[in-house]
Amino acid sequence: MSAREDILSNIRRSLGVTGREAPRKAAVEERLRAAPRGVVPARGRLSGGALVDLFRAEAERVAASVAEVSQAQDIVGEVARYLREHNLPASLRMGADERLNGLDWSGVAMEVSQGPSAGDDLNGLSHAFGAIAETGTLAMVSGADNPTTLNFLPDNHIVVLREADLAGDAETLWDRLRARYGKGLAPRTVNLITGPSRSGDIEQQIVLGAHGPRRLHIIILRG
Amino acid sequence: MTSPAFRQNAHDALADKQLQQALGNVRAGFIDKRAQAAERLPEFEALRDSARDIKNHVLAHLDLYLEHYETKVREAGGHVHFARTAQEACATIVEICKAQGARTVTKGKSMVSEEIGLNAAIEAAGMEAVETDLGEYIIQLRHEAPSHIIAPAVHLTKEQVEADFRRLHKHLPQERDLSQAEALLGEARMVLRKRFLEADVGITGANFLVAETGTSIIVTNEGNGDLTQTLPRVHIVIASIEKIVPTLEDAAQILRVLGRSATGQDMSVYTTLSTGPRRPGDVDGPQAYHVVLVDNGRSAMLGTEFEEMLRCIRCGACMNHCPVYHAVGGHAYGWVYPGPMGAVLSPSLLGVDKAGHLPNASTFCGRCESVCPVRIPLPKLMRHWREREYERHLAPATYRYGLGVWAFFARRPALYKLATGLAMPVMSYLARKQGRFKKLPLASGWTDHRDMPAPQGKTFQAQWRERGGRTR
Repeated sequence: MSAREDILSNIRRSLGVTGREAPRKAAVEERLRAAPRGVVPARGRLSGGALVDLFRAEAERVAASVAEVSQAQDIVGEVARYLREHNLPASLRMGADERLNGLDWSGVAMEVSQGPSAGDDLNGLSHAFGAIAETGTLAMVSGADNPTTLNFLPDNHIVVLREADLAGDAETLWDRLRARYGKGLAPRTVNLITGPSRSGDIEQQIVLGAHGPRRLHIIILRG
Repeated sequence: MTSPAFRQNAHDALADKQLQQALGNVRAGFIDKRAQAAERLPEFEALRDSARDIKNHVLAHLDLYLEHYETKVREAGGHVHFARTAQEACATIVEICKAQGARTVTKGKSMVSEEIGLNAAIEAAGMEAVETDLGEYIIQLRHEAPSHIIAPAVHLTKEQVEADFRRLHKHLPQERDLSQAEALLGEARMVLRKRFLEADVGITGANFLVAETGTSIIVTNEGNGDLTQTLPRVHIVIASIEKIVPTLEDAAQILRVLGRSATGQDMSVYTTLSTGPRRPGDVDGPQAYHVVLVDNGRSAMLGTEFEEMLRCIRCGACMNHCPVYHAVGGHAYGWVYPGPMGAVLSPSLLGVDKAGHLPNASTFCGRCESVCPVRIPLPKLMRHWREREYERHLAPATYRYGLGVWAFFARRPALYKLATGLAMPVMSYLARKQGRFKKLPLASGWTDHRDMPAPQGKTFQAQWRERGGRTR
């Protein structure tokens, strides 16, 4: 018998089932179909400005910084300001996302390059698919628009989030993923990011900037 | 594996000054952080019930969810391999690496890879396995096993890590300052960044396997797991079969108790969902995606009194709250799973003849069960193992003899009363100065490491009678 058949038949023997029982199959199919939500904390059940405020507070709690802008073109100035404030070079790596490339970067003397990161970029810019206010978490989706390597290799990661894409809880985000990619399907990678990288492996002392970004800056586009 | 020598290991650990200093960090750090995180979420206790129920549902339908998960991974372009044993799992992974002509294999933190001895298998096949989690990297440099399931190097002090880095990172200037944790982390980041970029295969574990979508999920703080799985040509996920959850909603339920129970974080920094290899149009990510599903004794635990152990989500809360773990640390347990969860799981996976001492390493204080996010009755399961060990005559002669003596008196209440009635005033008189014994004949196993309190006042039975308690 193959390892697969052996393991499945061992499980069935231990459980005292054949694997063909209709009620068991129905229970599994129903759960996969209905995807019941269970206990969803009340904390994220907010809307409008209160939801943004919660997201902001939670993200800042985990050492991300947050800025808000009211128009898309203001993102350019905020990125430039952030890099200046931290004495970082005016260079930026980003994917093919039109919402970022469509901005006019000419006014701020920024060296903008496009594509995934090969590990030598200091600053990366990405657009979030969504976010979860409950925990101050960003949701990034893989693809040419926002390559996964940009989420991890640059020292400084700047992420743009549209207010309309902000969810109160993970369950609301899952609904959006299913609406976009289809029921039972998922993008290759979804990165849920809650603050800059860190480690507590030496004497339980939390230090920021482990293998991922040392800094995470979130720009919320309001409205 | 030194689990059979637990008694000696524990004895040595208690005398190890550096270890005792490092273990202070466990006592100081984890407990308060978990309590504060739980406090901040009013639904925390309800979520623990929910997480327990999800795991029970999965275990009762594990065969069907595994089949569904497998189908979804294949549909997403991934490969699924089943491994009955540690050897099969290692052989499968080595074969995938060899087929790639791999030289360097990076690894994210994975307890099941420790369980199956994967690094040794990769090295034996002539490839280099590089641990990339900071704690795992440190213990790999020292050729040690992890001493904690989420903080593998928690048994070490900063000074020990500095000494290892100076010993092994010879290409760096000798006069560099490594006195702070920041500097040590920065050095590991720099050294490992190069390894990430040159790796041919990346291996990660999985905290969850989502049947609905064929997705594997890892939960990390450092970002090393993501670099491990994103940069090389091939991503291999190694996971034990009980990691399955039905849907993303179920994963979200358990995620809410996982981070809080483990490190006191509402969410760990990176929760990454991976479904198959690179898609058309992708500019990064692995070109091949493999999942190796490991049984290694788990299917045999289903339907037994130890089935509940398969709910474990490897958060480490039980060991963080365990007075025995606090005293002896993780290495004393002699294998990859320490603390209360290890005391229950190791005998299941290794056999009670090898790991039968571990369930004795408990005071039955119940703190492990009180903090377990999936409500595993750990003390009860340890008691089951003690019974089995006793039934199989594996317990030491002195233990069996002592229990026999106690049983003799316990079955003869009049004699018991007489004996305790005589012993109490004598012991109380002998210890009248300090109220405790620093040494007792035949009890050095106890008194070497802590004092024995002297009896005070009357016996329990006498007090019970005085307070009007019911007697037979």
